[in-house]
Amino acid sequence: MSVITAEGLVKIYKSRKSEVRALDGLDLTVEQGTVLGLLGPNGAGKTTTVRILATLLRPDAGKATVAGFDVVRQAQQLRSVIGLSGQYAAVDENLTGAENLWMFGRLYQLPSAEAKRRAGDLLEQFDLVDAKDRTIKTYSGGMRRRLDLASALIGRPQLLFLDEPTTGLDPRSRMGMWEVIRSLVRDGTTLLLTTQYLEEADALADTIAVVDHGRIIARGTADELKSQVGGERIEVVVRNKADLALAGEILVRDTQHELSVDEHTRRLTVPSEGGAGRLVVIARDLLDANIEIDDIGLRRPTLDDVFLTLTGRPVEEVDAAVGAAKDAGTSRGKAA
Amino acid sequence: MSAQVSGHPVPVGGIRQAWNDGLVVTWRNLKRIPRIPELAIFAILQSIMFVLLFAFVFGGAIMLPGYTDPNAYREYLMPGIFVQTLAFASATTAIGFAEDSKKGIIDRFRSLPMANSAVLSGRTVADVVYNMGILVVLMVSGLAVGWGVNSSIPEFLAGVGLLLLFTFAMSWIGVWLGLSVPSVEVAQQVSFIVIFPITFVSNAFVPIASLPTWLQPIAEWNPVSTLTAATRELFGNPNPFATDNLPSQEPILVTLMWIVVIVAVFAPLGVRKYRQTSK
Repeated sequence: MSVITAEGLVKIYKSRKSEVRALDGLDLTVEQGTVLGLLGPNGAGKTTTVRILATLLRPDAGKATVAGFDVVRQAQQLRSVIGLSGQYAAVDENLTGAENLWMFGRLYQLPSAEAKRRAGDLLEQFDLVDAKDRTIKTYSGGMRRRLDLASALIGRPQLLFLDEPTTGLDPRSRMGMWEVIRSLVRDGTTLLLTTQYLEEADALADTIAVVDHGRIIARGTADELKSQVGGERIEVVVRNKADLALAGEILVRDTQHELSVDEHTRRLTVPSEGGAGRLVVIARDLLDANIEIDDIGLRRPTLDDVFLTLTGRPVEEVDAAVGAAKDAGTSRGKAA
Repeated sequence: MSAQVSGHPVPVGGIRQAWNDGLVVTWRNLKRIPRIPELAIFAILQSIMFVLLFAFVFGGAIMLPGYTDPNAYREYLMPGIFVQTLAFASATTAIGFAEDSKKGIIDRFRSLPMANSAVLSGRTVADVVYNMGILVVLMVSGLAVGWGVNSSIPEFLAGVGLLLLFTFAMSWIGVWLGLSVPSVEVAQQVSFIVIFPITFVSNAFVPIASLPTWLQPIAEWNPVSTLTAATRELFGNPNPFATDNLPSQEPILVTLMWIVVIVAVFAPLGVRKYRQTSK
């Protein structure tokens, strides 16, 4: 059954000069025990969606329920079944890890002793036992995120929102967070995850919904989305411009696909289904033809590719326009 | 619905929850004081400096009209300094809130099944406790420069109670202010610009009779003046401020009225703002 249902959500951010429709009729469902990845560039409406579902913002139109509770009318009941962990680690800098968790547990209305016990379990689960009596000021970025996630879990939420859980983390901490999130998923937590990285959605989500301009423009498994962009490509950069034509012929012959060429960077790109095996064949054929290669590789589709295919324009354009308007604007949402 | 729901703590709601949650948030805000000792140390030094500066720079030069004792001005001055310092409680609160909003912890609180009022009441109560400490420092410094209490213990306690109630009220202004401004710096400046004139257009440092005639009614009704006069009365310090108007005749009553009005206006405004806040 659906834990989240959202229909026709609209949210408008107004400022003196401009008006941005952050959400423009967004529909969404998340099934019990599944992980939905909300994928899109900055300003697409991911965070706004999460904030509405977590009762931090009121939608200007449309309706949504979480665990059967209406996000506007039953906000208080709804809050007791969700956990929210955002891109800014929202924990108290001047409290220790253990104190933070105890406090949030109390505010989830757990009795003090149970809050303490639960805090202990989570500190262990998130590998923070050694740091539990240190103030958060002394924590690394990755530790803060883990504590933030633990704080979101203290009330045993039925549903967890993770808003860009790894944005700004170094690769090692990111892998650590993924591991933690995977273990939650194994335990059956229902999860709504927002991310800018297809790779992350790929690694963690059962279903991915691509958001653009405040609407869901595509929905499917990672494989389904990737196949929409044409799957993997092989990219070759040749040393000499003169070799472009011959290299192109080889690529087309070996893959039977249409080729795109960037003369300026001497880069040739061609879709390919053959994986690494095909790459090896092409590399050998290029060498046999005495073509010098600067770079060759198998490229998987990125968010940019998915985005480009689905919307016909690159990610950055959306970014700049929406970001500027949002900075200037303030929410005109009514009090919840 | 899954089985998890039935075992889930349900918000108890009502006054009991507001009280419990408020206590948790108060605890959280008080923890901050020993964790950032610099803040408290500088606040204490600033209070001592203020008392010394006013007592020795102005204290010697100003003769309180109608008094022959040169120490009268110092006795007169100290309640003014108490009130001025406590009026800045709203700045403490505003800055605290602006910091919390910036760090996103307000969002976390707003996503929890806790009482709406708790984040705000927990902050104002903690700020009252904090300012109680500052008041003690001020009083001890005051005693060192010749101030004293010349009334009964109940009257003294009533005076302290009134000062703290006023701090609580000012703190609610700070709640609303802190949630309304975009940054910590603005919170700081706005508080200063608003509170500084309010504390000076009053009887805190000079008798109202010495102000221009057109300014006198404003100064007379100013809550800083009524509280200062009430404190002087309750502490038995010189209080040469008597017209036939209500604030002069009944400073305690008028101060209590001010406190009620300020809380009644700013507490609901603050709670509303809190629910709307969105980063």
